[in-house]
Parts: sequence; structure tokens; C-alpha cells
Amino acid sequence: MNAISPRRIAALALRYLYLLRGSWIRVIELAYWPTVQMILWGFITRYLASHSDVLTQAAGLLLSGVLLWDILFRSQLGVSVVFFEELHSRNLGQLFISPLQPIELILALMTVSLARTLIGVGFAVALAIPFYDFNLFALGPPLIGFFLNLLLMGWAIGLLVSALVLRHGMGAESIAWAAIFALAPLCGIYYPVATLPGWLQPLAWALPASHVFEGMRAALLDHAFRLDLLLYALLLNAGYLGLGIGVFLATVHKARERGSLLQSGE
Amino acid sequence: MAEPAVIEVENLSKHYGPVRAVDGVSFTIVRGATCALLGGNGAGKTTTIAMLLGLLLPTSGQIRILGEDVPRHRQRVLPRMNFSSPYVDLPQRLTVAENLTVYARLYGVRHVRERLTALGRDLDIDAFFKRPYGSLSAGQKTRVALAKALLNEPEILLLDEPTASLDPDTADRMRGILTDYQRRGGATLLLASHNMSEVERLCDQVIMLRAGRVVATGAPRELIHRYGRKDMEEVFLDIARGIQSGEVVA
Repeated sequence: MNAISPRRIAALALRYLYLLRGSWIRVIELAYWPTVQMILWGFITRYLASHSDVLTQAAGLLLSGVLLWDILFRSQLGVSVVFFEELHSRNLGQLFISPLQPIELILALMTVSLARTLIGVGFAVALAIPFYDFNLFALGPPLIGFFLNLLLMGWAIGLLVSALVLRHGMGAESIAWAAIFALAPLCGIYYPVATLPGWLQPLAWALPASHVFEGMRAALLDHAFRLDLLLYALLLNAGYLGLGIGVFLATVHKARERGSLLQSGE
Repeated sequence: MAEPAVIEVENLSKHYGPVRAVDGVSFTIVRGATCALLGGNGAGKTTTIAMLLGLLLPTSGQIRILGEDVPRHRQRVLPRMNFSSPYVDLPQRLTVAENLTVYARLYGVRHVRERLTALGRDLDIDAFFKRPYGSLSAGQKTRVALAKALLNEPEILLLDEPTASLDPDTADRMRGILTDYQRRGGATLLLASHNMSEVERLCDQVIMLRAGRVVATGAPRELIHRYGRKDMEEVFLDIARGIQSGEVVA
């Protein structure tokens, strides 16, 4: 493999930046859903706080859950939806005849995903402070670990979904939206993994996000920093991200065999 | 001294199950040549070009471009090549200038702004630099695609229907630009076209494909003479219909 070029990664990231710059609706859309979710769960928290021991103990439990969940969701969409842009605009062929390497495409998608996640979730996080007097940054240094792990897991799923759509065409696009929600009940966003039936728990523990949300509850309820959970999540993420990158690269190779890179489109 | 071969294709095949899209094609193109890849629909032109670009992996055979094995080391030659086709798009929502800037950076063009200005002037596209690519007419898009293909001043330029969708005047200007570009830098051009007068004007070598095989090669004049026809249009029809050179048609 040739050396990875930061210049080419930046060039492709610029393409997505141009897209955002050209449409303020897209920028608003990035922040819209995280904000709506945050407002909704903020009111639910307020209501439940007076009726629940757990929420009295840690009022930010639901809001932290919803905001951290959005990091995972946005980072996944940041990879897959941005990749779909290339398929929609029939630009994939042009990209693959340029000196851009598939691994550079992946790194550009990750860069853009990070920017989109920061914009989208950042707005909701900032708004939660005046709305509910809730500051996600109060989670302290563990927040960096939570953010990183959720970002990595989102990228892994985003790459797997992108590979699926590259293989099966835009008909599979809806999976981009559905995939992550299928995992949501297992991730323990709003409840501990122990709440799940025994037979489902091993599956939940195989997901990095479950460790993150358990770590979040430990931080909020026990004021404890569970480094073990973060490290375990990181280990799992290394595997999933490796798998995501491997499957994506293999699918590109397969597309070169099948000749679908020139025909990709709606 | 003869020019060195820059494109060497040997026994190239691409099979999709029982379908032989390209079947044992061999040809060589020397530096500075302008070569036409001709054939009817489904003859294997686009498949061959896609393999030359490394966009499609051959079933068997060899492709060497600028001395590099393309299926293995395409990344080494792609910065020195480019491609234009009306069948491959650019992002619709980006402006023309944004699209060209992104590709200029992908190709490592040094003075992006100056290059865009020069191409805008040469291809007469500077008036719509700020318009979204998706809002352009088919002819305007073809000119922008050609600008994208010339961004990196490629040593090898592959063109699929380079003047499709252009009015005769603009098409003529584009041919002039391609000829100038080719003469100025000694670039090698390989074009797939259905416009036979374009082929006669631009090309010094023709490769005729039918059903994935090379059925005739030579200079346009040589082929016209060999088939006993008055122009390339008639030669094309003969070949597309499977008539051999020298065969008398009632």
C-alpha cells in the first residue's frame, strides 16, 4: 500500500465541508434531532425526578444517556450518510480513478463524522445548560473516554453499513438508519445491562456502548471512574473498527471485480 | 527513434460468468499517440477503459501503463492519468469551482487557483464557476468534466465520448483544445467515441472492438483503404455488422 496522504484526506473532507457550507438547512438538521431529544428527555427527567429515587440521586442520568447515545448515532450517520452522498451523486467512480486510496476515503469519512458529531451533539449539550441546568462536562475526564469509545463504535457500524450499501445498492440505505436502533435496547442507555434477560446480557456486554453507559451510571450514581469498563470498551472497539475497515476495503475490492464502482448510484 | 509504449495491454479478458465482456484483447499505444477505441454498444470499450483505470479488475491478462502493473500498482500511475466521461458525474450540489478545487487537491495540483483560472478560460467555463454543478446543461457538464480531466495535466488522458452533448461549435473547440493539449505536452490520448469524423480528425490509431475482441487496428486512412470505404463511418458500420475487410456487400 502507498503512503497515506493527509492532503488527499483533507481534500475529500473539504468536499463535505463545501456541502455543509452550501446548505444551512443541513447544518440545522445536524443539531435538530439531538436538541429535540435532549429537550424531550429533559422534561421527562424533571417529571420523573420527583417520583424516582434513582433520578433524585442523579438527575442527569437520562439526559447524559440521550446525549451520549447521540454521539454514537451521529458518528455512525456521519460515516454512512456521507458515503451515500457519493453514491447519490454518482461520484464514486471519479473518486476511485483519482489517486485517493480507499483507506484515505475511510479516514476522510471519519474526519467528517467527527466534525458532524461535534456540531450536532455540541449544540444540544450547550443548550442543556440553560434549559435544565445540566452540564454534560460535569462527568469530568471519563467523558473523553465515553466520547472516544462511542465515536469508534459509530464509525465501525457506519463502515459496515456503507459496505452493505456498496454491495447491495441504495435499496439497502434504510439499514443505515435502522442498524443502530436495533442495538439500542442492548446498549443499556437508560437502564443497567442487568435489567436485560440473562440470555441477552452476554450479547450486551459484547457491545462497547454497554460498557460506556455502565461507566456513565457509575460516574453519576457512585461518582466512580470505572477505567476497567472504558478499557474493555476500547478493546472491543479495536476489534469492531478493524472489522469495519476490513469489510469496507474487501467490499471495495469486490466492487472492482464486479465493476460496480462505475455504475453505483440511485 | 520510436516513441516508447505507455499503454501495453496483453491478452486482457473480463468475464462475468458466461459473458465475455472483453475477451483476449491486446494492443499497445505509444507516447504522444491519439488512439480511438471503437465499437458498437456492448463491444467492450467501457469495460476496457475501466480496467485501464484500475476501476475494474481483469479476469486475466496484463495491463502496464507508464511501466506499472495497473491492477497491482494503480496508485502509482493514477496521479499521471485522468479520465472524462459524461456517464460519471461530479457532486451535484457543489459549485463548479468547489468541485474542481476538491479534485485539484486530490491530484496534488500545486497552484490550484491559477490552474482553475487557466482551465476556466480555455474551456470557457469560468462564467459558471459559482453555479452548482447540478444546475448546468449537459453540454456545460461535459466541459466541466473535461476541465476536471485536465486538472493534473495528465500524461495519459482517457476520454469516453469527449464531445457528447456538445453543439457542433463547442465540440469543435473542445477537439481543438484536446489537440493543443496533446501537442503541447506530448500526452497520450485514448478515446472511445461514436463520432467518426472526430476519430478521423483526432486519431492516428484506431482499435476496433466487437463482442469483446479486437477485430481491426490501424490508422484511420489505412482502415478506410483496407475496407474499401470512403470514410470511418462506413468502416465502423462494416465492422459492427461483422463484414470482413475486402468482403463485397451486395
